[in-house]
Amino acid sequence: MLDTARTLVQRDLLLALRRKSDVATALLFFVIVASLFPLGIGAEPNQLRSIAPGVIWVAALLSSMLSLARLFAADHADGTLEQMLLGAAPLGIVVAAKAAAHWLVAGLPLVLAAPVIALQYDLEAPLYGVLALSLLIGTPILSIIGAIGAALTLGLRGGGVLLSLLVLPLYVPVLIMGAGAVEMAGAGLDPGGQLLLLAAMMVVAVAFAPLATAAALRISLE
Amino acid sequence: MLEADSLECERGGRKLFGPLSLDLAAGGLLRIAGANGSGKTSLLRILCGLLEPAAGQVRWNGTPIRELREDYSRELVYLGHAPAVKDELTPEENLAITCRLAGVPFSKEALKEALHAYSVPGLPARKLSQGQRRRAALARLVLSQRVPVWLLDEPFAALDVAAARFTEALVQEHVTRGGAVAYTTHQPSALDARSRVIELAA
Repeated sequence: MLDTARTLVQRDLLLALRRKSDVATALLFFVIVASLFPLGIGAEPNQLRSIAPGVIWVAALLSSMLSLARLFAADHADGTLEQMLLGAAPLGIVVAAKAAAHWLVAGLPLVLAAPVIALQYDLEAPLYGVLALSLLIGTPILSIIGAIGAALTLGLRGGGVLLSLLVLPLYVPVLIMGAGAVEMAGAGLDPGGQLLLLAAMMVVAVAFAPLATAAALRISLE
Repeated sequence: MLEADSLECERGGRKLFGPLSLDLAAGGLLRIAGANGSGKTSLLRILCGLLEPAAGQVRWNGTPIRELREDYSRELVYLGHAPAVKDELTPEENLAITCRLAGVPFSKEALKEALHAYSVPGLPARKLSQGQRRRAALARLVLSQRVPVWLLDEPFAALDVAAARFTEALVQEHVTRGGAVAYTTHQPSALDARSRVIELAA
């Protein structure tokens, strides 16, 4: 089982390495969307500081969304997904490994880039850590919940748009807690509560979302 | 080993075939015949558990396969229409990953030999032709001799004569060894004489 998970994560990372443009697109999208707001709103530091957590989090949601459409699509097209369904490990493990690889490729770069983006919003130094931490806990949830949507819309025409309609509402609690944690810290309060709630969401998502994704995949592949 | 009980298959609201019963014992060789669109691929997909039949059930040693899931998957090799070869990886990487996911143990040498037996070049799969991709996928059979059931969908499609003969020989060997093989094909092959045939009416 662990061997399957390791093989899949390695495989997806290798694929990402050989197809660098996919990784770059998601990250650049995040950087550009988050950079548009200071340009559009103007350089009023107080205003920027107040919108920063929300804007950066929304940009992260959209960027993660962008790469989700490809989570299963390529494997579906060349038949490797069928082979994963017929693999030696339970499908839930396969799905969890795919989501983990998606996070490493599309989520982790956002966590690392966020503090740099935050510079444009003149966030105070201690907030960088909270922002990165909230993204570190929150982005895996995006990958693992998003996988349900990716599996459900697999093989549909215009699946990308449908995927956002399905998944973005599910991201709302993550957005509220993630951005809320940074806002709390900005107001000088302890962001621990929000971060712990976010961590709880991650635990629940990791435990249950792969089962839903596996069921959705079986239906999509029929 | 593998038995199917009054299977019925519906696609898009239209009944494709059924009720159909079959059993595939150790050493059994089964050819699924029929015109295009008669449900050969659907039948194979039902047998390997990718598709739910509209009625009936497939059993592996007496237990329905939907209860067994991956315990049953480990006992079979399914090669579908799509070769399941990743464009960005070399045939060697592809085969290694496929075998590891299927839980088939292999050594590096055996892997190389299998690809060599099918004379697959060591280029990235993106540069391979249709037939070469097909061979890269079929090379898995060389390593899967311990896996009892082979379900092969059009194994000879896009293959040249030599590769087709080699595949036939592998299947023959597997059956002699006590494995079970079900396959579909439109090409006449040396296996025809030995196989039991199920004819699906369109």
